Amino acid sequence: ENQAIAVMAGKPVLHYSDCRGRMEAVRWLLAAAGVEFEEKFLKTRDDLERLRNDGSLMFQQVPMVEIDGMKLVQTRAILNYIATKYNLYGKDMKERAIIDMYTEGLMDLDEMVLHQPYLPKEEKEGNLAKIKDKSRNRYFPAYEKVLKSHGQDYLVGNKLSRADVYLVKLLYHVEELDPSVLANFPLLKALRTRVSNLPTVKKFLQPGSQRKPLEDEKCVEEVMKAYI
Amino acid sequence: MCETTVAAMAGKPVLYYWDARGRMECIRWLLAAAGVEFEEKFIETPADMEKLIKDGRLMFQQVPMVEIDGMTLVQTRAILNYIATKYNLYGKDAKERALIDMYTEGILDLSEMMLQVVISLPEQREAKISLVKEKTKNRYLPAYEKVLKSHGQDYLVGNRLTKVDIHLLELLLYVEELDSSLLAPFPLLKALKSRISSLPNVKKFLQPGSQRKPPPDMKRIEEARKAFKF
Repeated sequence: ENQAIAVMAGKPVLHYSDCRGRMEAVRWLLAAAGVEFEEKFLKTRDDLERLRNDGSLMFQQVPMVEIDGMKLVQTRAILNYIATKYNLYGKDMKERAIIDMYTEGLMDLDEMVLHQPYLPKEEKEGNLAKIKDKSRNRYFPAYEKVLKSHGQDYLVGNKLSRADVYLVKLLYHVEELDPSVLANFPLLKALRTRVSNLPTVKKFLQPGSQRKPLEDEKCVEEVMKAYI
Repeated sequence: MCETTVAAMAGKPVLYYWDARGRMECIRWLLAAAGVEFEEKFIETPADMEKLIKDGRLMFQQVPMVEIDGMTLVQTRAILNYIATKYNLYGKDAKERALIDMYTEGILDLSEMMLQVVISLPEQREAKISLVKEKTKNRYLPAYEKVLKSHGQDYLVGNRLTKVDIHLLELLLYVEELDSSLLAPFPLLKALKSRISSLPNVKKFLQPGSQRKPPPDMKRIEEARKAFKF
């Protein structure tokens, strides 16, 4: 019922489990853009099967977002559409190329980060070490260097884009896993503060928002049951 | 160095990668389909790679890298999206782009599984091949056949050629290399494969002597694995 109302009201509807996973980037971007959205949480295998049997999932996978009459799957397709619609994708194709390059690097890092809670116990330590190493030695230095190179407030075109939003999301998430990770990245810290103070982002960072906490045992168990 | 400068001055994109398909091949396909001439600088030794890294040209110390229009771009999707936009292979509006992206991402997911087969350790290969065949047959090919059936058009999106038709053709050729019987239940995909293959730029790229790369040579992969440590 809520879904029907949400769709009629024009709000996007997000289909995923009540966890960060691959949907968190979408929540961040919608929130930063000031877009209200509804969520339908998958709790059991049946919930996933129902979506599959409806033909709602092109590749039988979530995330899936209902938006503007489309049922979009694939995180990048969803993010690209939202970024374009809400003017968070640069002013021309060259800026888009740079934004894409920066975003794709972040997605590579995020791939390691989002898997962490779901790994078998014996793999967790190794993956965490990899996250720490790559964040400190490959990814964060690359973005610190970008900010240093132009001295502007945002990564691309002197204006907020999806790349800033994604970077800030990851800065928070990696810091949760590695508390001292930002010690040597003053410009990243400054960007994070700046972006966090934007009204839409500030609201999203407050308790009670749709931002999800770091995955706990319960979350992991639910996801494992539903998908695996 | 000289070759790069000349090519760059001539306005041709320059591709930096190994002399192999890997993650660069979809970019070669798209440029070729768009009728764009390009140069290639092949990484042959670890020293070649180290030089690119030391010169600061690889934002994340990785290839593919493409020099194009004064930019030094890394990340396959960033490169593909730019080329597609520049050469009008990315649909007419945001909604078409969303469909193109969704369809492309499914293809890239399956391509990634195929790449993993190539670079996996020999003892893991059989299991990975089974997985690829299963997903191809039951998840991916049916999805694209369904799209074509739903609108009955010659191309996946917007009744005209876009990047995703090129990506799909490339994928179908790899599926055929893996196991030609996989394509048998999908008449519309087979028809699309013929149709796109016949487009002049694509036909040219499919001919011997083009910059299209051959199937992976397992011996060379093992040698590369030792040298580049993957």
